[in-house]
Amino acid sequence: MPNYKALTGNEAVAWAMKQINPDVVAAYPITPQTSLMQKFADFVADGDVDTEMVLVESEHSAMSACVGSAAAGARTMTATSANGLALMWEILYIASGNRLPIVMPVVNRALSAPINIHGDHSDTMGARDSSWIQLFSENAQEAYENTIQAVRIAEHKDVLLPIMVTLDGFIISHGMETVDIYDDKRVKDFVGEFKPDHTLLNFKKPLTFGPLDLFDYYFEHKRQQAEGMKNALRVIEEVGMDFRKTFGKAYRHTEGYKLDDADVAIVLLGSTAGTAKEVIDQLRQEGKKVGQLKIRTFRPFPEEEIANILSRFKAIAVLDRSDGFNAIGGPLYNDIKAALYGKTSVPIVNYIYGLGGRDIPVGDIRKVFEDLLETARTKEIKEPLTYLGVR
Amino acid sequence: MAPSLKDLAKKPELLSPGHRMCAGCGAPIAIRQILHAIDGPVVTGCATGCLEVATTIYPYTAWRCSFIHNAFENSAATMSGVETAYRALKKKGKIKEDKVNFIAFGGDGGSYDIGFQSISGAMERGHDMLYVCYDNEAYMNTGVQRSSATPLGASTTTAPAGKVKQGKEEFRKDMTGCMAAHKIPYVAQASISNWRDLVAKVEKAMSIKGPKFINILSPCPPGWRHLPDETVEMAKLAVETCFWPLYEVEYGKVWRINYKPKNILPITDWINRQGRFRHLNKPQNKHIIETLQARVKEDWEILLKKEEIFK
Ligand SMILES: Cc1ncc(C[n+]2csc(CCOP(=O)(O)OP(=O)(O)O)c2C)c(N)n1
Repeated sequence: MPNYKALTGNEAVAWAMKQINPDVVAAYPITPQTSLMQKFADFVADGDVDTEMVLVESEHSAMSACVGSAAAGARTMTATSANGLALMWEILYIASGNRLPIVMPVVNRALSAPINIHGDHSDTMGARDSSWIQLFSENAQEAYENTIQAVRIAEHKDVLLPIMVTLDGFIISHGMETVDIYDDKRVKDFVGEFKPDHTLLNFKKPLTFGPLDLFDYYFEHKRQQAEGMKNALRVIEEVGMDFRKTFGKAYRHTEGYKLDDADVAIVLLGSTAGTAKEVIDQLRQEGKKVGQLKIRTFRPFPEEEIANILSRFKAIAVLDRSDGFNAIGGPLYNDIKAALYGKTSVPIVNYIYGLGGRDIPVGDIRKVFEDLLETARTKEIKEPLTYLGVR
Repeated sequence: MAPSLKDLAKKPELLSPGHRMCAGCGAPIAIRQILHAIDGPVVTGCATGCLEVATTIYPYTAWRCSFIHNAFENSAATMSGVETAYRALKKKGKIKEDKVNFIAFGGDGGSYDIGFQSISGAMERGHDMLYVCYDNEAYMNTGVQRSSATPLGASTTTAPAGKVKQGKEEFRKDMTGCMAAHKIPYVAQASISNWRDLVAKVEKAMSIKGPKFINILSPCPPGWRHLPDETVEMAKLAVETCFWPLYEVEYGKVWRINYKPKNILPITDWINRQGRFRHLNKPQNKHIIETLQARVKEDWEILLKKEEIFK
């Protein structure tokens, strides 16, 4: 029996955190993340969890405290957005380099300047090479379920890497949805216990964390870290399969929508996937064979799976909710093109949309598909990069 | 109770020999004195800097106790996370130890400057931990650059003495005073030269639950430009000139001076022994020495007054 609750995305993630009952949570306010930690603080204040909170004086200290806490063997979480994530940047690499499985929901928001509080993906894209796993969510339900799975993925012995679960600022974080909240005990059993092999608080075996590591060993440690990220591809699938067995809902690296007989496809991340499904349904009624591929696992990048799926279409459009500012195109576009190199020679175009929370109406997405169908027909790219919805 | 050398000699050395700090470095002297004052399990941490890089060169470590280095500016925040994890795991019955000592170290750069916010935050939050600044008065690990702990007139590689500039143009920051203003249970200033005082201060700090801060003067032969066997003497002269008074502050209101030199030595007795102040001996720089001396005197008199007020 589903247990539906009317929750915002932030509340849904706070509910996941309540059920995970982490040992330590560090928190610092930033819009649009703030209401997530406020909700979690209510759970702490009411004794619903026995988490110890560290109410730090900055996000830099939030991530620093998380590193100390996770190294001490505690299951550790924090959450942030935009400038907060940017301020953590130095310590993101230290968390992953020390192989600490910290779980961090990131409520995506545009980076300054100009300062803007609304949703785009520029913040987490800036951390895409930080060796954090990144799972994107389409809606509050997915944000809730990704957060639950994130703990298992990060703490897996073959992975031991920190993980971000992203949800689009305001669109998901503040939008009210019906969310099916699973039974506490089933979530607890699914998540399991955190049993790290090495901790600062094992006084029988004192260890040094974070030593100076020069040209004679650093490279080997980084090589192992890269292997952890590669292993995450398998572990994310395994945890997704176990999730389906336990809760009845399938999770994979990507999710296709009406792709089977499609001629053209768009590729995107996050909440816009929901809007695009509406457009696809409309276009399908008009007899147009269109579909979409939603990327859930952005780091590690499921290259093989994506290449297998995408190589059969006649034209592909990649929608990026952040710019690469590199005169080539958005970050997802570049990764998709790299994944398809040598596998197909169909036209691939890039659309950058929704920066600073600019709305992406169905009409814009319809236009993308219409252009794409035209490109498929002529086999000619008119505009490799389009800024969608910009004046 | 004042510790005896005999008792301290029986304590295990948690910082092992064989680390790669320079000959005559004050920092390992400070660390060993501190760790001698500790009973029971301890987690130490250190900011990036000389102490950290020279004691943890993988695959070796000089630390025989749990140790964590995170980054340059976050030793305090990191230890606050460790201490919070301890409380969480203790509450859940996952850890047996009833008392664990948490000590975070940082140089003056990592404490007065880039880590200032992190320390202030950790102290304000009330974590049960001791923060120790080993103050060698400059960024030594990167080659003797000026910090806010560098004294007026000292020549450093970023504020060198030259044809028109005469070293640092500002006074040092009163870090110990800043920490006292946090009104935390215990703040102290100590020196490696006065080991009995230093060890007693650490013992006292660790007997108090809550945030504690100790600032320890830690001379640096290559940075201060004195001989390696003069380190303890340099620390002692800083105390005897009242450049570095030994005192403690409880809850921001009980100020106690632990040592009052009978004959306060002139500041020149200290600075004339160090190459970093050599240029001050030029006749045209006499006023810098006078300004420094006047400030040291003024600070000492204020300290005496504070002790008096809060008696
Ligand atoms: C964010 C950051 N900025 C700069 C550095 C470079 N850095 C490493 S150690 C150091 C100086 C440390 O000085 P201090 O804290 O006084 O300790 P000391 O080396 O003198 O013992 C600097 C500037 C760094 N590691 N991280």
